[in-house]
Parts: sequence; structure tokens; C-alpha cells
Amino acid sequence: MSTETAPDRITATRPASGRLRSGRLIGWDGAIVLVTLVFIAVAAVTVEHFGTSRNAGFLILDLTPVLLLALPMTLIIVTGEIDLSVASMVGLTSSAMGVMWNNGLPLETIMPLCVVIGAVLGAVNGIFVTALGLPSLAVTIGTLALYRGLAYVLLGDTAVADYPRDFTSWTIGNIGASSVPNVLIPLIVVSGIFAAALHATPVGRSVFAAGANPTAAAFAGIPVGRLKFWLYVVSGAVAGLVGVFWTLRYSSARADNAAGLELTVVAAVLLGGVSIFGGKGTLPGVVAGVVLLTSLQNALRLASVSTEALTVVTGSLLIVSVLAPNVVTSARAALARRRARLRMTPTS
Amino acid sequence: MTLLAQPTEPATGRTRTGSTALDLVLRFRALGLVIALAVLVAVTAAVNSRFVGQQSIRDLLLSAAITMLLAVGMTVVVLTRGIDLSVGSVLGLSAYVTADFLQSNAGTPVPVAMLVGLGVGAACGLVNGVVIHVGKVPPLVATLGTLYVFRGIVYFVAGGSRINASDMPPGFLDFGTARFAGIPYLIMVSLVVLVLIGVFLSRYRAGRDMYALGSSPEAARLAGVPAGRRLLTAYVLCGALAGLGGVLHAARYGTVDASAGSGLELSVVAAVVVGGVAIFGGSGTVYGAALGALLLTVISNALPVLSIDQFWQQAIVGALILGAIGLDRFVGLRVAASLRTKDSHVD
Repeated sequence: MSTETAPDRITATRPASGRLRSGRLIGWDGAIVLVTLVFIAVAAVTVEHFGTSRNAGFLILDLTPVLLLALPMTLIIVTGEIDLSVASMVGLTSSAMGVMWNNGLPLETIMPLCVVIGAVLGAVNGIFVTALGLPSLAVTIGTLALYRGLAYVLLGDTAVADYPRDFTSWTIGNIGASSVPNVLIPLIVVSGIFAAALHATPVGRSVFAAGANPTAAAFAGIPVGRLKFWLYVVSGAVAGLVGVFWTLRYSSARADNAAGLELTVVAAVLLGGVSIFGGKGTLPGVVAGVVLLTSLQNALRLASVSTEALTVVTGSLLIVSVLAPNVVTSARAALARRRARLRMTPTS
Repeated sequence: MTLLAQPTEPATGRTRTGSTALDLVLRFRALGLVIALAVLVAVTAAVNSRFVGQQSIRDLLLSAAITMLLAVGMTVVVLTRGIDLSVGSVLGLSAYVTADFLQSNAGTPVPVAMLVGLGVGAACGLVNGVVIHVGKVPPLVATLGTLYVFRGIVYFVAGGSRINASDMPPGFLDFGTARFAGIPYLIMVSLVVLVLIGVFLSRYRAGRDMYALGSSPEAARLAGVPAGRRLLTAYVLCGALAGLGGVLHAARYGTVDASAGSGLELSVVAAVVVGGVAIFGGSGTVYGAALGALLLTVISNALPVLSIDQFWQQAIVGALILGAIGLDRFVGLRVAASLRTKDSHVD
């Protein structure tokens, strides 16, 4: 997948500050990259139509919203927080876009406005989490309901669908006569920026420090609260961008757009080796997690597994990606204890 | 929240000496809820007097009964610093499985049907509990996962089909509408569960342990609280009550499809936090949560009467969650500050 090349180059040149476990030949994120490549190779051979360039185009369109939302989500989870409201922010900005279009605003004005609206929604999350010191889980469950509810208030159960063809066909179109989707290059650029920010800048190191030990980070002079606040703002702004993309891709602004997408995003991030407890993770791993999850869903859909059954797969992967490292760690600890006991017995 | 450490004394109920400020806040919270309820009902009744008619009140209580049941289970989990986002899916699974069971075993008495639902729910709760306690997966992640896994299973079992009232035995549907001394059975079931869990939490050692675990997990463990067993109990209880909620859902509505109870977890979480159960664990009562459930139901029933768009409902649920946790935090900080100045020797 060409999406991975940009972040991968960055990993090679940076110190492995975010490695899950140092001193081992390959970390969780490296393993996920391998699993992803193997899965795509196997699926291309065994699943009919999976390997076609047409399907690859669809796949990239499918993974665009997940990957975009996963980038800021990674940073937020690394700081030890979470944002469950991302899908609702997508729905609300999409609805806002529909309302503004109905009121005759030009799309050139609407699109940046949607990003601003998203940033404001994210700032609300940020204020609750940082200024009031509330648990992000509870806050973003609240805004998950609030933002989705406001989306329904704006549009009810109607849809706004008459966008200009120029915009909608660019969104789903390819570069020139090639089969490379238009969205791919912006997607790579944005992923590269996030990867560079996390792994090669002081901000990125602050993110890891804030997640590993907030108290120590605060004593080291890192403005933990301000950092988290701006991460929520970025998460909202990106959600606004995804709201625009979603609306144009399906040429339809609806209140229920992207409902439930937060599950896929969180699952992909955790699958990519980011620790839910904060402080650990890499962006190349997350990109691989997103690619693996979306191509798995794509392959299952091609194999005519129903959409509802897919949620079982996504939900299970979410649990397994947290469960598996825990099980491995505790098994290793048990083994070490037994070895220690065996060493002890002859002497005592 | 240091002041929440007091309820660790087992089995003595409300002997919180020295935290009168907290007592005041808790009492004020319940009072605030009752006042909010009264104002809302009064305003709505002024617009349309039929809102306080017998039939309307009965409908309202019937709807509240199911949310209340789930809120009671959720309270136990939230007290231990956990959360269970899968309750809506568990309700859906239990409702469908129970309805399907009744469809093929028409002669089943109602208590057996309730046992089936309880069993399905308890099994789901056990899965949550094992993943959380044994697998060390944070409750949020675990139950977000099972929210989709259980819902996926309902869709898998049900396909696109639905079970209609005509497929279910009339005895079961009667149970959904029948009353004793004017009170529908469903409401009585909820009230009995409410009181039972309320007594369990305030009078029994295992119940007090839930508060201890939520106040300070480390201290509770050092004090000999069997944390694993208590956590499993909490999640199994929460699942079982969601399962029972599924049976009541099937009996009340008579129609069950795969989407039954979708999104209900948000209302239940809202009811619990609005009812004064601290999302940080260790503080709150099931009676508060039940009041919260009642308030939420009254709001959703009042919206059409006040000719407010039904689409506002979810936004209100979200705003209530944010308002409740924000208020808790604000009041908690104030109380902590006043305690510090008053008797700083405690620390």
C-alpha cells in the first residue's frame, strides 16, 4: 500500500520512542504491518474482485474517513484520553453543510466553515476535559449523544442531495485517466504531517510524555492541559473535514451520516498497537491497523457477509487488540515467575 | 474525590460522620431532581391537562420501568468505576431470544420466560465481566466492543425477520398489559428489583464492597475485598437486568425485531449520571438513578405535548449527561475545598 511509505520513512530515521516493547526484533506495530500485507496478498488471490483496481479505488474511498479520524485519535489516545464523539461530529458537520447549502451559500465558503464548526465542537470537548478536569470517556459519550442529536435537530430525517457535479465527481474520481483516486495524495500528505508531528517534533514527544506520566510531564514543564485541548480541537477540525468528504462522496447530507464509525476508528487505532492506557503507539502501526480493518471489511463484504455481521468482526477485533497484548504480558510474567521459582528451589 | 472514601465501612448503611456537606449535596441532588420533575409535569399539564390523566401516567411509568431497570444495573457497574455500554444490545438479544422461545413454546409460563431473558442477559454480562476482569481490558473498550458483537449476534439470529404480537402466546402479552390494584405488573417488577438492589447495595457486605471498589480500588483490595468476584457480580447483575428488560420490552410492545433497544445505552448512562451516581465510581444510589430514568422519560413524553420537535430528544440526553457530570465535578470541588479549610487535620 503506497499510503504506508511516507510514515515508514519517518520511522526509520527517528529514535523508537513509541515502541511497544524495546529490545525485541519486531514490535506489535511491525507485526501488524506484516499481517496487513499478508492479508491483502491472500485476499487478492482468494476473494473474487478484491484485487481489481476498481475495488482498490473503493477501498481507498472507504478507508479515507477512518484514516483521517484515526490520526488525531491516535494522538489523543497516546495522551491517555479518548474521543468517542468523532462520528457524531462528522454527522453534525455534514448536516450543517446541508443546511448551509439549502440557504444558498457557495460550497467554497461552506467547506472551510465546516472545518471551523468541527474545531468548535472539538473545543467544547477540550474545555470539558481540560478546564473542568472531567473524564474524557464520560464527556465524549455526552457529546456523542449531543452532537448526533443536534444533527437531527438541523436536518430531521430529510437529506440534502443536490450538490454540484464538479465537487462530487472530484471526490470519487481518479487522477486523470489513471486508477489512482484524487483523495489519495491529500490523504498521504495529511498522514505524513501527523506522523512527523508525533514522531519527530517536540509536540510529539510531549504527547508521549503526557500519556506516560501526566504528573512527571507537568513537572517537566509540558502544558498537559493545553496540549490535550488543542488535540481535541484538531480532532474536531478533522471530523469537520471528514463531514465534507462524507457528504460529497455519497452526495447526501444526512443526520445519521457516519453513525457508529467511532467503533471502527477506535478499533483501528488499538489494532495498530496504540495502548489504551496511553503513552505508547506509532502512527505507521495505526495506518496499518486502518488498512487491515477496512480491507478485512471490504473482503468480507465482497464475500457477501452481511453488513450487520461485520460489526461482530469489528467489535471482536477491538476487544482482541487490547486483550492479546495483556494475555501475552501476563503469560510472560507467569513464565518468568516459574523460572524464578525453579531457580530458587535448589538453593533454599 | 477523597471524601467518597467514607462509605467503606461495611454493612452500616448511611453512617457518614463528618461529611455533612456531602450529605447535603446528595440530598440537594435528589430534591433538585424532584423539583425539576414537578416543574416539568406542571408546565406540561398546564399546556395539556391530559398529560396527567390516568392513562398517560400509566404509559409514562411503563416506559420508565424498562429504562429504570437498566439504570439500576448500570448503577452497580458505575459504582465500581466501570461502565457497561452493551446494555442496549443485551436488551435486544434477550428480547429476541425470549420472543423466539415463546413462539416455539407457546405454553411457557411468564416466570420461565423471564428466567430465559435473565439467563441470556447474565451470560452476556459474564462475557463482559470475564473480558474486563480476567483480560484486564478497560470496561469502556470491552463493552464498546460487545455493544457491537451482541448487536451483530441479534442480526445474525434474526436476519431481517421480526416477531409479531400474533406469534407470541396471549398469556405473555397479557402480562405486558395486566395490572394488579391498578398498577401494571411491569412497573411492579421494576420497583421490586429497585428495592432489592437498593437493599443489597446499602445493607449487604457485597453491596458495600461495590462502593469500596469504586472509591479506592487499591484500598479495597488491601482491606480484603475480593475485587474479581465483586466485579464479575456487578457485570453479571447489570447484564441480567438488561436481559430482564428485554423480556419486559417484548411483553410491552409485542413486536420484536433485531434493532430493539438500539442506542438505549445513552439514555441509561444519562439516567444514572443525572441521578447523582458519580461517573468516577464510589458514590450514588439506585433510587437516584431511578429518579433520573423517570425524569428522562417524562422529558421525552413531554416533548410532543409542548410541541417541541421529537428530534431534540437525543440532544437533550447528551446535554443532560454533560450537565450532570459537570455539576458533579463543580460541587465536588467546592465540597472538597470547604472540607479542607474546615478540618484540615483529617488529611
